Amino acid sequence: MSTIQSRQFHHDAEVLTHDLRHRKLIQKALGGYYVKRDEQKAKFTDWQSARASAAAAKFEAVNHLDKYLIEFTDKLAARGTKVFWAADGAEASAYIAGVARAAKVRKIIKSKTMTGEEIHLAQALEKEGYEVVESDLGEFIVQLREEPPYHIVFPSMHLTRGEISETFEKKLGSQPADTPEELTMIARDVMRKKYCEADMGISGANFAVAETGHISITENEGNARLSTTLPRVLVTIVGIEKVVPKLDDLALLLPMLATSGSGQNMTCYNTLLGGPREQDETDGPVEYHVVLLDNQRTTLLADAEQRDSLHCIRCGACLNVCPIFKNVGGHSYGTTYQGPIGSVITPHLRGLQSWKHLSFASSLCGACSETCPVKIDLHHHLLQNRRNAIAEKFVWWEKTLFAGFAWFMRRPILYRFAAPLLRIGDPILRLIRGQVIDPVRMWTGTRDLPKAPPKSFKEYWRSRHANR
Amino acid sequence: MQTDSREKILRRIREALAVAAPKRHLAGAGQAMSHPPQDWLPPVPNTPAELVALFEKNSDDLKTVVHRCPDRAAAAAALAKISREEGWKSVATHDFDLGRAAVAGLNLPTLRTDLPYTPADLEPCHAGISGCDCLVAQTGGIVVTSASAGGRALSVLPPHHVVIATTSQLVGDLADAFALVRMRYGEVPPFLSFITGPSRTGDIERILVLGAHGPKKLTVLLIAE
Repeated sequence: MSTIQSRQFHHDAEVLTHDLRHRKLIQKALGGYYVKRDEQKAKFTDWQSARASAAAAKFEAVNHLDKYLIEFTDKLAARGTKVFWAADGAEASAYIAGVARAAKVRKIIKSKTMTGEEIHLAQALEKEGYEVVESDLGEFIVQLREEPPYHIVFPSMHLTRGEISETFEKKLGSQPADTPEELTMIARDVMRKKYCEADMGISGANFAVAETGHISITENEGNARLSTTLPRVLVTIVGIEKVVPKLDDLALLLPMLATSGSGQNMTCYNTLLGGPREQDETDGPVEYHVVLLDNQRTTLLADAEQRDSLHCIRCGACLNVCPIFKNVGGHSYGTTYQGPIGSVITPHLRGLQSWKHLSFASSLCGACSETCPVKIDLHHHLLQNRRNAIAEKFVWWEKTLFAGFAWFMRRPILYRFAAPLLRIGDPILRLIRGQVIDPVRMWTGTRDLPKAPPKSFKEYWRSRHANR
Repeated sequence: MQTDSREKILRRIREALAVAAPKRHLAGAGQAMSHPPQDWLPPVPNTPAELVALFEKNSDDLKTVVHRCPDRAAAAAALAKISREEGWKSVATHDFDLGRAAVAGLNLPTLRTDLPYTPADLEPCHAGISGCDCLVAQTGGIVVTSASAGGRALSVLPPHHVVIATTSQLVGDLADAFALVRMRYGEVPPFLSFITGPSRTGDIERILVLGAHGPKKLTVLLIAE
């Protein structure tokens, strides 16, 4: 009944939940984040109204997606950018490989793009024989370790400086280093050569502004600015849902993304790109391509109930507050997008039956919905995924069990007869709890068994009245 | 080149949007919608002096160094002092009114990035000295475009970026900055960046390190005029 993906998830989650070293590392990292985030939120005149305004801007964009995408691409094309609409990852990768071939590219430098991760763009280009280097420090570290990113905003938050130093020694031949500063400088030196050598840059986009035809990139390191400036060919890959109607929407969304994403007022660089080098410019790419990616986003769009999950600005705030994420870790999900937002959208992007288990792995505490800067109703969407999964393909034993339970509960005589039996069975059940002979060990193996009370409610009620 | 899936994707979008989305999350948003969204952001003062003070405070938090300079001569002297202290051997700049005399006064080999140049020549320069379009008080940001800051690379490739600006270039928030840029250029140019502090990363154990890939230092020489 369980899928490979679900078995993998249960296995990895089991291992990491008991890994106290992992837990300590994540809690320390997130502890610092909470402090910074709250400091920044407190500076807002009204954070809740800001959320409502941000949600309204994204609602407008997503619910008129065709109109704004046409406006966006027309504006881009008017300035000499080539726009390509890709229905899926294969189309996008093939197009970008074609651009590289036509421009006789050898080396590619990439800044962070989760959309690129989603379609395994780097791997596709490496297969074509291109050197592809990740320039974001966290992405660079996980690339060297041949791991997927752990978190959509903090890709290497699961690693200690010691592990990173070991990776650098092994892969870059560097000397051991024991401060984050030294390690960062090792990567900086490696990367500066790469920026000047690369013929092609690849970036993602945080927003696409319909009104002016610009993409917007949010970053802290400067790697995206260098990757989008120095190589002669530039490709930006952007999911179709990233569009916002107006330039002024960024005046709100950029500070909110920084606040929710990393507890900053603004991130260090927020860059708008609207075309290749113009006649009066002395640098910047001479050739610019923007690839718009669908890859099942239209499937999600068609689910009106969950359409607001396309509002997502990928800030990662819902991961950071999620009790599940904090315990099972980013890699256990086995998805490009982890945490609550990943659990909501992955079933739409990659198949409900294979990924429904993520929607069940939730305490439904609602911390994600409460923190989301664009007000995505995340925990209700998890419930809706559960409902849809069962409606599409019910589990026979669950259905039978619940039918039997309902039948039993509707018969008071049976209930009255069975309740004392439970009190007799209780010590026995307690004795064999979780063992092979326990008939309900799937449940009791990981959960406390509530103690059967000495009296049933009815007995209690009767005695209460008798004593009066 | 392949033919793309424009029509296919647009058709799917239109089919999907035929069913309206519930406006659940917009419930109770009436009050929020009755104001321009900027009103909910961190408040911005009105007077020029307060704008400067807020910019300085935010810069300090970001580890941007701001030098208040009474006049252009003082800015030139401040630049020369930094150059001596850091032992600059070569700098890169572009031709801009506020910086012309100050950069010439350094007497150092100078690369001009507003004239044709190669990035490999810019990379070894010790500092990039540029102007900007405006300074954003609310965020401590510096707005650069190709025209105002000597191209796309000058403000990010050298390890120390020095911005020479005047107090009259301060604006309140990002929306003000967009308005100013649109007025100046007619439309938003193909490159615009908000620089908010020196380059940084927290990718290793979430500990802040300055100078990840861009400048390790960011200095603003703020001339009172």
